[in-house]
Amino acid sequence: MEHDYRVNVGTKGRDAALMLGAGLLTVGAVAYWQQTRTPPRLPGVPDSAPGRTSRQSRYGDYAVSGRSVTINRPIDEVYAFWRDFSNLAGFMSHVEKVETEGDMTTWTIAAPGNQSVTVRSRIVSDRENEEIAWRSVEESDIDTEGKVMFREAPGGRGTEVEAVIAYVPPAGRFGQMIAKLFQREPRVQGRHELKRLKMLMETGEITTSQNRKTD
Amino acid sequence: MRALTYHGTHDVRVDTVPDPQIVNPRDAVIEVTATAICGSDLHLYDGVIPGVMQGDILGHEFMGRVVETGPDSTLKKDQRVVVPFTISCGKCFHCMKQQYSACDNSNPAEKQDLTEPLYGEALSGLFGYSHLTGGYPGGQAEYVRVPYSDVGPIVIPDGPSDEEVLFLSDILPTGWMAAENCDIEEGDTVAVWGCGPVGLFAIQSALLMGAHQVIAIDHYPNRLDLARKLGAKVIDYRRTHVLEALREMTGGIGPDAVIDAVGMESHGFYPDNVMDTVKQKVGIGADRGHVLREAIMAVRKGGRVSMPGVYGGFLDKFPTGAFMEKGLQWRTGQTHVQKYSEELLKRIQEGEIDTTFLISHRLSLEEAPTGYENFHSNQDDWTKVVLTPGA
Ligand SMILES: NC(=O)c1ccc[n+]([C@@H]2O[C@H](COP(=O)([O-])OP(=O)(O)OC[C@H]3O[C@@H](n4cnc5c(N)ncnc54)[C@H](O)[C@@H]3O)[C@@H](O)[C@H]2O)c1
Ligand SMILES: [Zn+2]
Ligand SMILES: [Zn+2]
Repeated sequence: MEHDYRVNVGTKGRDAALMLGAGLLTVGAVAYWQQTRTPPRLPGVPDSAPGRTSRQSRYGDYAVSGRSVTINRPIDEVYAFWRDFSNLAGFMSHVEKVETEGDMTTWTIAAPGNQSVTVRSRIVSDRENEEIAWRSVEESDIDTEGKVMFREAPGGRGTEVEAVIAYVPPAGRFGQMIAKLFQREPRVQGRHELKRLKMLMETGEITTSQNRKTD
Repeated sequence: MRALTYHGTHDVRVDTVPDPQIVNPRDAVIEVTATAICGSDLHLYDGVIPGVMQGDILGHEFMGRVVETGPDSTLKKDQRVVVPFTISCGKCFHCMKQQYSACDNSNPAEKQDLTEPLYGEALSGLFGYSHLTGGYPGGQAEYVRVPYSDVGPIVIPDGPSDEEVLFLSDILPTGWMAAENCDIEEGDTVAVWGCGPVGLFAIQSALLMGAHQVIAIDHYPNRLDLARKLGAKVIDYRRTHVLEALREMTGGIGPDAVIDAVGMESHGFYPDNVMDTVKQKVGIGADRGHVLREAIMAVRKGGRVSMPGVYGGFLDKFPTGAFMEKGLQWRTGQTHVQKYSEELLKRIQEGEIDTTFLISHRLSLEEAPTGYENFHSNQDDWTKVVLTPGA
């Protein structure tokens, strides 16, 4: 996908931020963060680096993070694996359960103190072997959106997977708990999960140095 | 089971710990029949590699008998195997390129955080070598869980003894790769710093690869003697100016290739080394790089620098000027053990490579702490220690 770097970043950025604030833009933070190469009011010229490497990590109310990984498997296999959301609990360590019904998905996420958080999301974009995007619906415990993109890697190296996730750190006591859960460095969490996905798809198992089964 | 565990700097003990199990489908469990102490273990023993925790089982040079296999292991019960110290998945980009020690998948995801900020890339998994490389329980034990057992272990046919093949796990391919990284051409002189096991195997390999002469540098008479017996010329750095001697022994040109088989704990009372030692002691991640600096100064213009010696942190006073202006090449890395297994096993079977000449001491696993103490402090006599569990 080619981006137009010459757009008036300043105006577009302000608009996007406004819309995010109002919660109007579907997959807003992710798209904005994804496509706007240089966030507004930052010095320097727009460059070719992905938005997630920007020194800014907050977009309106949203905290955004993301990461790429190259998986040595064909693109259709990687896409199909991800598209079946029930596979995700297999490598996302804090996701307890994933249930899907049509384009709706219910994620049960382990939280500190034997509690759990439910995220309800709807698929907002699904292009085979290209991208899957989802956004939380109103009854979700967390306001979040995410997107995963698939590209054929150069030189027969398999598939580049780029995952981006945005969420509004919630307020209140319940919110603080969730924030704590997610602020267990979402970046780190995401990085681990993509690496586990890679392990699982490339080697058929998730690497561990545990000497014994944990039961 | 009994296993050699880390309790602190210069404090290792044999403890009773839980037996390993099959955890993942590609695993196997090996009953260890022979294991060795490596110069790399001394870096752990000296506390200069971070990320070693109390109770960690050490050891990465081991072999044994298969006692249990996971459903996706290709090994069979009772097979005799040597296990490479590098853990490699065999499926990732790097493994496909035979860069086994750069495997993307063998270090558990959560452990990769330790080295990603330190090195810019997460390291691969290694047996018994700190949590930076996965925190895998090591081979100085009665049993070892071997992940990806369909890729790593080398099945040993009847014939060679354990001692003849044990070093396929690390130091033999390490010496071999060190020499290979020298791209040896006809007429070449290769200078090797360090006559420990790695240096000795590098000398042997360089001669096999057709080096015109190999010059070995150390300060221990017995170790220099072993090098001489392999066919190397030797320099005792305590009595001789190394740089001058190397130039004079190469017709004024300098060695075509140099091998640093010493690593981050260089000995010697050189001014730079004293400074480095102080910095390493106060724990600011400084390596002691006297040998590397000297090797770069010694090598001829356009020459090759091969560095099997292990480094972990940062180095001051690196001679960037000499490196650039002489147009040098530099190759290094943890050994891609699996790449060399087959060829080296064949050379052992054909009697072309002797691997046992450097073994000085044979101890039981229970005596491992004595082995560490002496391999560390009586290096001249203790050139290589082989441990036998259950003995
Ligand atoms: N790259 C790899 O995969 C790999 C594998 C195994 C070992 N290693 C590393 O190789 C190095 C050597 O291992 P080893 O088992 O032979 O260790 P060792 O400690 O037995 O030998 C090191 C030798 O270097 C000599 N030495 C020290 N300072 C010197 C100096 N200034 N000039 C010349 N010689 C000097 C010592 O006297 C000693 O004989 C270590 O750093 C070890 O960690 C690397
Ligand atoms: Zn070793
Ligand atoms: Zn691999």
